[in-house]
Amino acid sequence: MSNASQQRVRVLTGNEACAEGALAAGMRFYAGYPITPSSEIAEVLAEQLPRYGGVFIQMEDEIASMGAIIGASLAGSKAMTATSGPGFSLMQENIGYAAMAEVPCVIVNVMRGGPSTGLPTLPSQGDIMQARWGTHGDHPIIALTPFSVAETFSLTVRAFNLAEQYRTPVILLLDEILGHVNEKVELPKDGEIALVNRTLPHDPPERYLPYRHTESGVPPMVSFGQGYRYHVTGLAHDESGFPTNRASEIEKLLDRLHRKIEQNRDHIVEVEAYEMEDAEIGLISFGSSARASRHAVRLAREAGKKAGLLRIKTLWPFPDQEIQAYGDRVKKWIVAEMNRGQLAHEVEWALCGRAPIHRVTVYNGDPISPLTILNRINQLD
Amino acid sequence: MFNYDQYLRLDKFPLIWCSGCGDGIVLKSLLRAVHKLGLQKDQICMVSGIGCSSRLPGYVDFNTLHTTHGRALTFATGIKMARPELTVLVITGDGDATAIGGNHYIHAARRNIDLTVLLFNNHIYGMTGGQVSPTTAKGKKASTAPYGSFENTFNISGLAQAAGASFVARSGVYNPVQLENYIVKAIQKKGFSLVEIMSPCPTAYGRRNREGTPVDMIAWQKENSVPVAKAGQLTPEELEGKLITGILVDIERSECRAEYQKLIDRLAQS
Ligand code: SF4
Repeated sequence: MSNASQQRVRVLTGNEACAEGALAAGMRFYAGYPITPSSEIAEVLAEQLPRYGGVFIQMEDEIASMGAIIGASLAGSKAMTATSGPGFSLMQENIGYAAMAEVPCVIVNVMRGGPSTGLPTLPSQGDIMQARWGTHGDHPIIALTPFSVAETFSLTVRAFNLAEQYRTPVILLLDEILGHVNEKVELPKDGEIALVNRTLPHDPPERYLPYRHTESGVPPMVSFGQGYRYHVTGLAHDESGFPTNRASEIEKLLDRLHRKIEQNRDHIVEVEAYEMEDAEIGLISFGSSARASRHAVRLAREAGKKAGLLRIKTLWPFPDQEIQAYGDRVKKWIVAEMNRGQLAHEVEWALCGRAPIHRVTVYNGDPISPLTILNRINQLD
Repeated sequence: MFNYDQYLRLDKFPLIWCSGCGDGIVLKSLLRAVHKLGLQKDQICMVSGIGCSSRLPGYVDFNTLHTTHGRALTFATGIKMARPELTVLVITGDGDATAIGGNHYIHAARRNIDLTVLLFNNHIYGMTGGQVSPTTAKGKKASTAPYGSFENTFNISGLAQAAGASFVARSGVYNPVQLENYIVKAIQKKGFSLVEIMSPCPTAYGRRNREGTPVDMIAWQKENSVPVAKAGQLTPEELEGKLITGILVDIERSECRAEYQKLIDRLAQS
């Protein structure tokens, strides 16, 4: 390990913090394909992983990268890939495979402007619906959205912990600003970080059911080569992992896949309330837009307005209850995001018309400015 | 009598394959090869894509992984890089490996990663009902080539050779002993090993192209195979429509995971 990676106080970009967080989380397998603005994650890991005895491999495309991390995870490694919009699109089929076959892994998407090649070097938050619904069919997903370099480190660790705990792919959504901004971070020491590993089976091999309908919804998981020979498929399968066409089995599987996330949503969902205690104007935002939102709240407070920010750290499953909890007091909501209103739409759905929702949407490659949000607050009077 | 049952998940039988399909012969040759090598079942990881042949892993008592269409080699690459001690076998077909998965195929061969690929070439998409594949010969009919295919075909073995595979052999189900021997050699070889296996599809290919019974199709293979040593003495015209069989490539070339290990070891020392 290099000296640099042992220093506790460091100046890092979000991309570097993501790589460091992954290493701290025990990630020992990275497969990826170069794409702006995420490539620094791969570059740091290409240097670091072999020093940890881990594997770095640059694959021929993002489809291959996603396949490789699923294979590595089944073989027992904590595995991840990182990309941006176009690559994230290519990964979708295998993300669905990971959801269906319940293979823990982490997919980082450093969002840039889209659609298509779009704006490779400019920020956007346009992939939040793709993170939720990008792959076909009904499937649950977890997606986390840090807003600072320090939080990128901690949420990267959390992404691995959630992936392992719930046997699911977890998506970490950064954006170009966060990926490239430099900030001072104090990294926790080894041992200060709580790590979660997949639950091993108690059953002997002959009784092991890799897709058992457990109470928690999460079946224990054992790696290939450990004496438990089982079958993994993306086809609908029964508890033993083998394909089935029986309606009752298929329904049970899909219900359990959702149940394991839904019944644990209180553990998974995190938001941060900033100046929300007495807020009458509530901002909702995430990622680098939340930085501008927080600044706008400060300016609004200085001008005597009761504004606050509910910052989303877990985007999926959606923090609807956390938003609804403010339903009686917050008179007006403003949703600030770098897209044409994907989050606002979800907030509207969560609030069912209980309060008006105003939008600040920027999707031209510019970051959201605090003053734009402040103007919106001022217009509400 | 060889005891196949010891390697099979008999509770998953009957096989999904049509009667007369060549794939069962490959399955048996593979199990004999595994036995010959004395491989432990726990040590084998078998990865497949999508298609008729890719259903094979469901029937064998190894660590088995049935992946997405065309992507078996990417999952297998992840497994081999993460756990090099596992023997990783990849089951795929002509459409799976060289159409949708063509990019992964050439790159896995280029890396010369230690995977053994059994590629079942039936010249058609059997599972989906007989659509044209990159190896459907010109003029042959498929459900999506009702007037006969007008495209040129891939030379699957040649592709692996050109991309850098260290072992390439071609055989067919008419010669299961040869097939078994090639599979043994392919597994033994440290590097990307391909066994291209001519496995007839009487249902989706044979019927439409009036190739006769499954036995006729296997007999055709036998009559039209030319051992690679003999092929050198024939003119291109004489080789037209023939199957060149035998070990086409058997070379020493640095292997991907071993090279990576050298890097890990070098960094650990410095
Ligand atoms: S469709 Fe063809 S390849 Fe598929 S199982 Fe039937 S005979 Fe075999």
